[in-house]
Amino acid sequence: MNKQVVVIGAGVAGLTVAGALAEQNIKVILIEKEAQTGGHVRNWDRLFPSRRHGSEVMDFLDSNLTKQVDIRRGVTVSSIVRTQNGFKVTLANDDEIDAACLILSTGFQLFNAAKKEEYGYGIYDNVITSAELESIFKSGKEIATKNGKNPERVAFIHCVGSRDEKVGNLYCSKVCCVTGVKQAIEIKEILPHCEVFSFYMDLRMYDRNFEELYYEAQQKWGVNFIRGRLSECAENPDHTLIIKTEDTLTGKPLKMTVDLVVLLVGFTPSAGTGEIVKMLGLKTGQDGFIASADEHFLDNNTDIPGVFVTGAVKGPACIVNTIADARATAQQAAKYLFTLKTG
Amino acid sequence: MKDFGYSVLKDETIDYDRQDMRIAKYVLLQEPSIQLCIGCGSCSGTCAAGHFTEFNIRRVHTLIRRGETRLLKKEIQKCMFCGKCQLVCPRGVNLRNLILSINKAIEQIG
Ligand SMILES: Cc1cc2nc3c(=O)[nH]c(=O)nc-3n(C[C@H](O)[C@H](O)[C@H](O)COP(=O)(O)OP(=O)(O)OC[C@H]3O[C@@H](n4cnc5c(N)ncnc54)[C@H](O)[C@@H]3O)c2cc1C
Ligand code: SF4
Ligand code: SF4
Ligand code: SF4
Repeated sequence: MNKQVVVIGAGVAGLTVAGALAEQNIKVILIEKEAQTGGHVRNWDRLFPSRRHGSEVMDFLDSNLTKQVDIRRGVTVSSIVRTQNGFKVTLANDDEIDAACLILSTGFQLFNAAKKEEYGYGIYDNVITSAELESIFKSGKEIATKNGKNPERVAFIHCVGSRDEKVGNLYCSKVCCVTGVKQAIEIKEILPHCEVFSFYMDLRMYDRNFEELYYEAQQKWGVNFIRGRLSECAENPDHTLIIKTEDTLTGKPLKMTVDLVVLLVGFTPSAGTGEIVKMLGLKTGQDGFIASADEHFLDNNTDIPGVFVTGAVKGPACIVNTIADARATAQQAAKYLFTLKTG
Repeated sequence: MKDFGYSVLKDETIDYDRQDMRIAKYVLLQEPSIQLCIGCGSCSGTCAAGHFTEFNIRRVHTLIRRGETRLLKKEIQKCMFCGKCQLVCPRGVNLRNLILSINKAIEQIG
């Protein structure tokens, strides 16, 4: 019987799971819709909390891919049919692949910030997203407003598209708090005289070394944390921005002129995930991400035997957690293949 | 008695054991969504009444839930009932009905 595994999506999750299966001599076909593998992390410059370069993680994951991994780039899945021996996966280029099991690692999509119209993304020049700021860092270009001047005041806005029932996303995206703190520090490193403000509701520094980064942002860099959620942003004639909030710790409305607003956009389920959910008839949670079979006991399985899920396809996660999850998935999938062989 | 030049200050602690919770209970019953508030300040940040006076709708309804209603009657009159606060609440608190209920509670309980 054919024992190959099809992994869909080659971000951190897909690359890790493919590498871990290959290590066990299991043949993997890794399908990636983009021309390059790596997913979102390919666009990140330095990673929280250690500020290691994202490219280092990318190189590490690539180094685990052996001949056992057949990568198909720039192609999507057009259909998946269940067969007696597993699944028949048809790609958009009409290639057909038989798979004994499937691993879904199609990840997430960034929240479309234009949906929060009152924040002015896509309307005002100097409102950008955290992902765009990451690209600027990565390109090594100067941090500048559209007028070409270095910003003297930057505001980071937390929870954009998360924890907001007005956009239908009740969940917390988990990593944007620490991303914001990391980026605030990076702005200060590049532009020491720039004032940096962070507008938050709660600072969720949940993982190891995150709280320490927050401490560093205050102690070493003097980043200003103001507890209040942005209610609106408007543009001045000179393209600076005026932002309004309640400073909830003083109980007073507050307004401030800033040169650059950075929206910390959250995670949403990716369109690519949606397509595959439909093809297979998988269950999703109320947050729209794929539901695993059991949060404690079968967190890499789905209700369909032989279909596994890994990484941000199940909801917001950082790289450390994604790698751990993907390694666990590889183990579960290998166990499944073994039972097929013996059973 | 010797005059020390100061008097004993009134205790300003919220004494939760002694608070009159009638208005809180009434309002919670009329508009249970108030329980979903996470104190983000979007309502108060956007409220026009709050920009010109000391009025703060977030503070007002948080105080109610702690049984602090001494100044409520005077405070809630500052609201213009425009509904802007409700438009921005990320938790879907029905602030308009909340304010209506506060007014009804004052009428009925005092
Ligand atoms: C602004 C920002 C900064 C971040 N910074 C950090 C950080 O510093 N440190 C950290 O630990 N984490 C960080 N993260 C989190 C990190 O990006 C995620 O942990 C990681 O991307 C999850 O990997 P993934 O493989 O599950 O998903 P993804 O990265 O989304 O990868 C999914 C892959 O699947 C592909 N795909 C999707 N649909 C299909 C389909 N139908 N067919 C084929 N391929 C498909 C996609 O093209 C993509 O390559 C950050 C997140 C954001 C939003
Ligand atoms: S991680 Fe922070 S910024 Fe992101 S949704 Fe959660 S609380 Fe908001
Ligand atoms: S309804 Fe009242 S509390 Fe709400 S924004 Fe208008 S004036 Fe402010
Ligand atoms: S906007 Fe909603 S959640 Fe935020 S403080 Fe007001 S009532 Fe509470």
